[in-house]
Amino acid sequence: MGFPHPSHPRETVVLSKHFGDAGARSYQGWVERGGYAGLRQALGMVPDEVTNAVKESGLRGRGGAGFPTGLKWSFMPKPSGKPHYLVCNADESEPGTFKDREIMRWTPHALIEGCAIASYAIGAHTCYIYIRGEFTEPLRIMEDAVAEAYANGALGPNVLSSGKRIDMVLHRGAGAYICGEETGLMNSLEGKRGNPRIKPPFPAQAGVFGLPTTVNNVETLAAVPHIIVRGAAWYKGLVMGSPKSPGTKLISVCGHVQKPGNYEITLGFPMKDLVFELAGGMRPGRTLKAVIPGGSSVPIMSAAEVENCPTDYENIQANGSMLGSGGMIVMDDSTDMVYQIWRLARFYAHESCAQCTQCREGTAWTTKILERILAGKGKEEDLDLLLDLSEQMTGKTICVLSDSCAAPVVSGIQKFRSEFEAYISKARKPALVAV
Amino acid sequence: MSQPLTQLEPRPGQGAGGGHAVAHEPVFVGATRTELESLFSKYPTRQACLLPALWMVQRERGWISEPAMAEVAKVLALTTAFVKGVVTFYTMYHTHPVGRHFIQVCTTSPCGLCGAEDTVRALLEATGCRELGATSPDGRFTVIEVECLGACGFPTPILVDDDFIESVTPERVAKILEGYP
Repeated sequence: MGFPHPSHPRETVVLSKHFGDAGARSYQGWVERGGYAGLRQALGMVPDEVTNAVKESGLRGRGGAGFPTGLKWSFMPKPSGKPHYLVCNADESEPGTFKDREIMRWTPHALIEGCAIASYAIGAHTCYIYIRGEFTEPLRIMEDAVAEAYANGALGPNVLSSGKRIDMVLHRGAGAYICGEETGLMNSLEGKRGNPRIKPPFPAQAGVFGLPTTVNNVETLAAVPHIIVRGAAWYKGLVMGSPKSPGTKLISVCGHVQKPGNYEITLGFPMKDLVFELAGGMRPGRTLKAVIPGGSSVPIMSAAEVENCPTDYENIQANGSMLGSGGMIVMDDSTDMVYQIWRLARFYAHESCAQCTQCREGTAWTTKILERILAGKGKEEDLDLLLDLSEQMTGKTICVLSDSCAAPVVSGIQKFRSEFEAYISKARKPALVAV
Repeated sequence: MSQPLTQLEPRPGQGAGGGHAVAHEPVFVGATRTELESLFSKYPTRQACLLPALWMVQRERGWISEPAMAEVAKVLALTTAFVKGVVTFYTMYHTHPVGRHFIQVCTTSPCGLCGAEDTVRALLEATGCRELGATSPDGRFTVIEVECLGACGFPTPILVDDDFIESVTPERVAKILEGYP
């Protein structure tokens, strides 16, 4: 449901069913709402059966990459006596995205249950949940929930009397966007700077502490108990667009809409209806200008591209962007695109870990060029320079942070070029004081 | 036409958190030591306890001084240089004393679209902090701008110490600050 708004009849409410219901936060409350049935059921299956069920469901990673979850689990080596780890990525920090926060705030046991099932499936005895440092409230709620899960035997040496051991450790981040990148997160968890690592080796071979690791997003893991209880076929059948994109997805809608919030849709739901019907559309007298559909790291879509686009991985890609984390930033006709793209570039310049030259220099340089355009000091060749620079920042670095900076810049220039030119030709007044 | 919001590193303020010259009192003694040691069994390495240890220092002292970094290094068998490298990588660790109440305001694009910069200006004015990153003359507040707090549907979110407050508008600022004497 679109918390803080009541559920809309066109939503498919699975993960968000208990958002706003404080009674669902306690262990007892969660059990009364059907909780821990999935874990109990999974513990009665062979681990590979659990992995296969998730594979068959078609569940894809909800953190941004959309990688098939069951397939990721199946990359884990067979038990060999070496410890395996599950790491839950709760470092939600992609601008526009605020769904994992609500899962942890309202249904902490859904996440714990999903983590426990995944741990069992991949043969991990320890699950680390890495929560971003700024999420003080979700952290407190998760701490209480984990303690309660231990007290009720859902975690610990004998999970639900199965004889299996699963421990869960909450680890607080300390402010770094890059720690949402899985290898940066693993370094951070090890007590290092959160610099991403070169892949391969992939986490399933050598992850956190050099041992086999699976990293999954909060929303991905929270969906797992439902798949176990209601079956892979049920989940796979939740399709409104591409059959390769089944299931429900929490879409965080923010920016210039009347009812910002998290809306849970069956993938493939029309993006236009999501913006105009579920999220209440534009403020009075305003029209839609653009949407960044998957968190700030994906290309900007124009209003025309939004018109007929189903919200799923394949269709958004066909329309030139990506579903990403499902953080939808909506901009109306009052938006200065150049200013907003500059602000995004500044975000990436601030968050670059500075390992790779293309990213360290590229994000800062991009910001500087956009700053001078906004200050009325842009040159005609600046747009070509930005595009050239963006090309050098795409596909050339250890992680995709610099690609993410280039995405809004390139798509912004392609789709809103006249706004840049207006600043450069001085047809438009400077928006920033010269720096 | 607006001045881009630029930010200083948080700087020493009056009456806040002690100064550089004060001798370092060890943090990891008594209950705090026990608390840290209770974490050792949760991780296969001591080093993994670095972020939690730094959080403890900041909780106890308000900020992380160089002698505190040296103490953490010793307790976890790391070098001081390594610890400093980690401290300075993360934005939430203070390497200088800050005001009694530390305010973090999100101004990233989604919040920026919804007026976050006005909220920042209102906070700077109401707290008496002259600029971002500076501490108010009475030592009560430090205001900094941060990147995405992950609550984009509730613009503008702010963190006052550990309190996460949603939907802050310039009109709400005075009332909110009353709660932080």
